[in-house]
Amino acid sequence: MNSADWKRLGSGLSFTGLWIIGFSVFTLYPVVASLYYSFCDYSVLQRPLWTGLENYRTLVADDVFWLSLRNTLYFAGAAVPLGTVVSLSLALLLNQDVKGRALFRTLFFLPSIVPLVASAMLWLWIFNGSGGLLNWVLGPVFALWGGTPPAWLGDPAWAKPALVLMSAWGAGHSMIIYLAGLQNVPRELYESAELDGAGSWAKFWHITLPVISPVIYFNVVMGIIGAMQVFTTAFVMTGGTDGNPARSTLFYALYLFSNAFYDLRMGYASAMAWILFMLIATLTWIATRVAARSVHYQD
Amino acid sequence: MRCSPLLRLSVLLGLAVVARAEPVRITYWEKWSGFEAEAMRAVVDQFNASQDRIFVDFVSMSQIDRKLIVATAGGDPPDVAGIWFAQMSSFADRAALTPLDDFIHRDSGLKVDDWLAATYPPVYADMQAYRGHVYALISAPGTTALYWNKTVFREAGLDPEKPPRTLAELNEMSRVLTKRNSDTGVVERTGFLPQEPGWFGYSYPAWFGGGLINDASDITLAGRPENLAAANWERSYAELIGVDQLKVFASGFGSFASAQQAFFTGDVAMVFQGVWFDRFIAKYAPGLDYGVAAWPEATGRVPGPPIQAFTVADADLLVIPRGAKHAEEAWEFIRFATSANPTARSRDEVSGVELLCLGQQKPSPLRVWSPWFGENHPHPHIELFRQLAASPRAWHAPKIGVWTEYLREYNTAIQRIRLLQVEPAAALDYAQKRLADSWQRHRASVARQAAAAGETAGPDLGPAALSPGSGDLQPAASLEVRPDKEEGSP
Repeated sequence: MNSADWKRLGSGLSFTGLWIIGFSVFTLYPVVASLYYSFCDYSVLQRPLWTGLENYRTLVADDVFWLSLRNTLYFAGAAVPLGTVVSLSLALLLNQDVKGRALFRTLFFLPSIVPLVASAMLWLWIFNGSGGLLNWVLGPVFALWGGTPPAWLGDPAWAKPALVLMSAWGAGHSMIIYLAGLQNVPRELYESAELDGAGSWAKFWHITLPVISPVIYFNVVMGIIGAMQVFTTAFVMTGGTDGNPARSTLFYALYLFSNAFYDLRMGYASAMAWILFMLIATLTWIATRVAARSVHYQD
Repeated sequence: MRCSPLLRLSVLLGLAVVARAEPVRITYWEKWSGFEAEAMRAVVDQFNASQDRIFVDFVSMSQIDRKLIVATAGGDPPDVAGIWFAQMSSFADRAALTPLDDFIHRDSGLKVDDWLAATYPPVYADMQAYRGHVYALISAPGTTALYWNKTVFREAGLDPEKPPRTLAELNEMSRVLTKRNSDTGVVERTGFLPQEPGWFGYSYPAWFGGGLINDASDITLAGRPENLAAANWERSYAELIGVDQLKVFASGFGSFASAQQAFFTGDVAMVFQGVWFDRFIAKYAPGLDYGVAAWPEATGRVPGPPIQAFTVADADLLVIPRGAKHAEEAWEFIRFATSANPTARSRDEVSGVELLCLGQQKPSPLRVWSPWFGENHPHPHIELFRQLAASPRAWHAPKIGVWTEYLREYNTAIQRIRLLQVEPAAALDYAQKRLADSWQRHRASVARQAAAAGETAGPDLGPAALSPGSGDLQPAASLEVRPDKEEGSP
């Protein structure tokens, strides 16, 4: 490198150096250290002792690890499609030229900026089995068949579906992104299709969906990443890291947390974190492979 | 510039005087907020005013367990920390606490086990001894009792002054008190629910005469018929009320600290709760007509007075984290905060742990109460809780390094039993297997760390090192705390 190159490097580093230091100390080092800890007997309170693959071997034989993984995949498998459908539907509706559109957009986005803990408290009341809003509405409907609505969070069969339902509450963020994508669809495509006699469904299926498919891909990938790490709502609503009732809502991140901070098994928890990382990376790779066939990028 | 020797000497002397006048500042992290923290703050203020060598900076914080772990691991812990009893064993196993044995021995002139036995009722003495050491002293203790709603008793035609004295009476009264809607059959009130509020469900095996670990520190969850009897008893309530009914009914209960709590609303007529419960009643259900009595007898023996009854003891503890910079000063504060003026005859003379327990409306953990404390305590039932603490059947949670996990496994097993998902024996067997594996891994880990630290005799978590019977009913006389043991030995 000549002196001009060195000068440019110095200028670049002077702009990025602080960030590089922060990233290295607060992100890169912890990530690398957690990989090392995952091969160690480490309680945080004492120094890590190398134990090779022991944590991973123990995890494979740990029933609750597999249960938490199944619960999480169930949640992600239901919450991501539901969130996609809800947010895309809302975006389509809010993209219509109706009176008060800005107000509606604001209203539907509002839940996304309510803190998760506050939302969870609200939904605790909605899901209350005996005096909750949801069962107040559903009670008369179930009564027509002589039944009673479920106890939601009190019932192992319904606790996970309840949390999935609640996850749609935060669809506002992806809704905004869909809305931006919808506004980028060239109007001339719709006009051409209308000249060819296309109806609303045909226009949506053959124009809107292909054009916003990169946005869908982005939202789905982000949704998978978020859903696989679901923590706060379950922590607040279903008994901390216990996953009540009867571990039906024990998600992966909850089990990881209890291992790390309650049972002081940070090495074990680090191994769980790396398995989760590999799992999310794999799911993202699969989504990318699927996207390669069905996502259309405009020139 | 030259300074005369006299001037130099004067400056040095002056600096020494200034340095000596500055008190040593120590930091105390406390888990409580609210009125409990204010009560401890009063003790801190009293200590700070009582001398000028040490000044305690009192910090009330949430999530102290996690913060303490990180601070201790980082080598910058507080000098004193207030932790829960349930955390002591795992922290001690991980070498996060400073043993207090030498301090106690030095100040009292007694062997530590003798000092504990002379100072505390047996259950509290046992709670403070772990693996042959004392790692913590009790700041504020509590025992538990049966609370019953007299108004609901009257409505159901029961004598409101006669709480159940045996398990059979509890079950029968609960059946009578349980009320269903005459049209729909929906449950509107229950006499008793084992899971409401569920804080002490882990003690039911011991209440039935069983236990969660044995003297050899083996997990005995599935190994004792009394434990199975307790699990079957919990199942019987789900069968009596109906699982689906119970799910809906229980989901309507408000949170513990609210006027909608099941006991306050009369939805559940009897609960097991601690000495602190009266304060919650006064706050959220003023005017509630209620009574407090010892736990009913569940082992089949003839019920006696409270001083012979079963109770669950719990306590807040003060510890010196490993690596504390001012351990000596920290001990001085802990000693002050956990002892009292036994001759106090006025409020102004009350000090230390008695001042704390007055503020928190709890019993003093000490055997000897000052005259003023005993006669003027604001708690209407304090004498009952004092008697319960002295009972030879007073019980505390097991001192075992995997207790947090034990509690989760136990609660999950009982939930599955209550939901009729699995037979009680199978649920206990499953939890037993998981816990036994985990306990074995924990012991191996502790031994591995001890070996790595160069300890010739690593910490043995087996029977020789534990106070015998920890977790089970246990007289203090069997404590084996040896302050004069070799370093590194358990």
